[in-house]
Amino acid sequence: MAALRTLSLLLSACLLWPICLALTPPAQLPQPRNLPPMLGFNSSDGSLSVDLPMALRVFSVDYHHVQAPFEIVLWIMLASLAKLGFHWSGRVPAVVPESCLLIMVGLLVGGVIYGVRHSAPPTLSADAFFLFLLPPIVLDAGYFLPGRLFFENLGTILWYAVLGTLWNVLGIGLSLYGVCLLAQSSLGDVSLLHCLLFGSLIAAVDPVAVLSVFQEMHVNEQLHILVFGESLLNDAVTVVLYKLFESFLRLPSVSGVDVLLGGCRVVVVGLGGLFVGLFFGLVAALTSRFTSRAQVIAPLFVFLYSYLSYLTSEMLHLSGIMAIVTCAVTMKQYVEANVSERSKTSIQYFLKMWSSVSETLIFIFLGVSTIQDVHMWSWPFVCSTLLLCLVWRATGVLLLTAVVNKLRRNAVTFRDQFIIAYGGLRGAICFSLVFLIDDFPKKRLFITTTIVVILFTVFVQGMTIKPLVELLDVKRKKRALPTVSEEIHSRLIDHLLAGIEDVVGYWGQHYWKDKFEQFNRKYLRRFLIREDHQARSSILRVYQELERREQRGDEEAPRVVDPRSHSRPLLPEEMDSIRRILSRNLQNFNNKQTPAYSRHTLHQDATTERTRKPLYRHQSLGERYTYNTITHWPQGEDEFNGSRRVRPGLNRSHTVCSTSPRPVLQDLSAPAASAQTGPVDPKPSAAREDQISPHHQVPVGRAPKKQLSFVLENEKQQ
Amino acid sequence: MGSSNSSVNNIPNAQELMQETGFSAAHILRLHERFEFLDKHKCGQLRLVDRPTNQPQDFGAVQELALNPIGDSIISAFFSPGQETVDFASFVRILAHFRPTDRNQSRDGAQQEPANSSIRKLKFAFQMYDQDRDGKISRAELLQVLRAMLGIQVTEEQLQSIAERAIQEADLDRDDAISFDEFRKSLEKVDIDHKMSIRFLR
Repeated sequence: MAALRTLSLLLSACLLWPICLALTPPAQLPQPRNLPPMLGFNSSDGSLSVDLPMALRVFSVDYHHVQAPFEIVLWIMLASLAKLGFHWSGRVPAVVPESCLLIMVGLLVGGVIYGVRHSAPPTLSADAFFLFLLPPIVLDAGYFLPGRLFFENLGTILWYAVLGTLWNVLGIGLSLYGVCLLAQSSLGDVSLLHCLLFGSLIAAVDPVAVLSVFQEMHVNEQLHILVFGESLLNDAVTVVLYKLFESFLRLPSVSGVDVLLGGCRVVVVGLGGLFVGLFFGLVAALTSRFTSRAQVIAPLFVFLYSYLSYLTSEMLHLSGIMAIVTCAVTMKQYVEANVSERSKTSIQYFLKMWSSVSETLIFIFLGVSTIQDVHMWSWPFVCSTLLLCLVWRATGVLLLTAVVNKLRRNAVTFRDQFIIAYGGLRGAICFSLVFLIDDFPKKRLFITTTIVVILFTVFVQGMTIKPLVELLDVKRKKRALPTVSEEIHSRLIDHLLAGIEDVVGYWGQHYWKDKFEQFNRKYLRRFLIREDHQARSSILRVYQELERREQRGDEEAPRVVDPRSHSRPLLPEEMDSIRRILSRNLQNFNNKQTPAYSRHTLHQDATTERTRKPLYRHQSLGERYTYNTITHWPQGEDEFNGSRRVRPGLNRSHTVCSTSPRPVLQDLSAPAASAQTGPVDPKPSAAREDQISPHHQVPVGRAPKKQLSFVLENEKQQ
Repeated sequence: MGSSNSSVNNIPNAQELMQETGFSAAHILRLHERFEFLDKHKCGQLRLVDRPTNQPQDFGAVQELALNPIGDSIISAFFSPGQETVDFASFVRILAHFRPTDRNQSRDGAQQEPANSSIRKLKFAFQMYDQDRDGKISRAELLQVLRAMLGIQVTEEQLQSIAERAIQEADLDRDDAISFDEFRKSLEKVDIDHKMSIRFLR
């Protein structure tokens, strides 16, 4: 019933718009020449009006005046209503990914328009796509990019992005040329360069499509960052190759020097985009430093500078996507330190909103643009393209992974490889690029083939990837069921190795990272962050975090469960639920508790707010005690007051607080030490809390200068 | 960052360390640089906690350890029980556990088990659980580590049942704790040598 209701809502919304469009004359309006000349009010702009001669017009419709913004708004409205309807439609989202549904809506709308007007509906112009629709999505992706994970996997990502794309482009291009040679009769006039050009645009994995499908799949974040990072970074390679082959097509002949220059161009384009992004990111950070007196417009700067970086690099024929991603990554930490909380939330919300609308519009337009007159079909070409895309991607991923696994500690498993290969969806970037090709006899064939490939990948691959992955999981499980202890211990070993690598300072990664952090701290932060906010990163943030928790109220303590009560064999469904729990939660590798990038929701726990230094449980001759330090507010008093936030029931493996410049009192450590000898269990914590609570009364009189000592687990981010 | 022997000779006991652990001179040099980076007070030793001020000391420079669920276990593994400082030799000896295993290494009976053998690696991992060094992973210790790794997404009962299941699978002698041999047995399908090696320490 709910599905029917929403479907009808959706259809009515969809049909409203084309009817508007159909009723208004599309291009020119009939001039009311045969009417007697009016008093000159509005006959000049060619509006329709009720023709009462010699009388004032009471009611008139002047569509032409508002046509452009009106149509744009109606399209956006259509997109948003479709999205709403989709989410209300019950079980459909579970089976069909959102991108498919949106394309179907677009097809419907396009069909209606075509039927009513008997001419092609408006298509997605390449300019509109590249200049208006793509930047918000990429900005959103760059802003919420999980930084550490990205940089740790950067080598692998670059490997896949650059080499993988090259492999795909050359493979598809050359094989297609072979197909064209074989089918001389129909495809004889497609030259090698054309095939290579086509290969370059069809091989590109599209970040928009990938994101929208991975939303619904449960993938561990490492895999997610691999595919996503690859789709972002291969833009440089794709666009350069595309432009390269296009310029080759215009040249009378191609020499070896040109190919070499082409190779240099890839580097220039990629690095150029990077530097443009860096420049604008730093300028944006600097600007945000001065926004304290006009906080309301602070978010605007984020968007303006990012968009500027994109436009600048597009102007210079550099990689716009790389520029905007770099800009977002660069400015994020400084901007978030500089602006107020509300501005920060506004930035995040607007980013999500715009990228969401953009993505929806792109998919709807993809559907609409499919309904056209310009199709040319050729069975061998289309089918072979589809086949070759799949084959070359699969072989590319297999080969590259075989090499890269030797260099990684966490091998990319077969399941991951399958997802990478099968999840290489094509999307609107290919579509726009194909429209930009110079006209030649077989251009329409290329357009048709591109559309078919996009629709195939989005529909077929998008819909089947989830069931196939689950099938693979089942198969893997049937073969060798890892025991629960094995999984737990393996994950522990992973954490252990990550920690040891951190201690040793994994050269090539952490060495440069440490250097950068030092540089960052000494120069960049001082220059780019407001003075009064510079201490924010250590003490103020944690204080604010505490305040926030206080306001939200503590959750109730979990029951302490008697361990002995569970010593019975577990039922199979409990076993299954255990496995599910483990596979979901143990995959938070690299100690990240934030979920992977999510399009539709905003996760409050930003990892940049972690500024925790652990205190260590030190064992001395079998006795256990924990050192606790007390942080002082910089202007704090000497008197100690503890307001400790303790969660009884959970063992305290970390006692966390931030460092302070002042020497720390030792008052607390003595009672704490005495309270906690012996095995650690919830009771001493409760005792500690009782000890401290009498002190709560004291600071009421000195509210602004609260002194804190707090205990937070490092996983508690909410 | 060359491996000139003259600078290696500046490090005390370098030759014995190289012999004992199998590190090359270049590695010893690098590890020494890292040790000095961590050793802010230049006292030749890494301290666990700075006593007078009760602040976390040298290992605090490694910020990622704060985010690691078993970060403090890792740190305390560097310090022998009862010690509060670790010198360079012990530092290197602990890290020698993570060298990749030399497959073709032949040992004569006089040599002890090299530090980077599978057994020693497993023992190190075992220590992550077994904080009180009694040779067994008790239920409480297992729960503690599980809690740290799984975080807050899991309820207390789920944690208990997971720990229960883990002990059930591994505990062969029914003493409600996992001994080292049981631990080793449950990991027999895992390639420890590959998993617990830091490649560039070869």
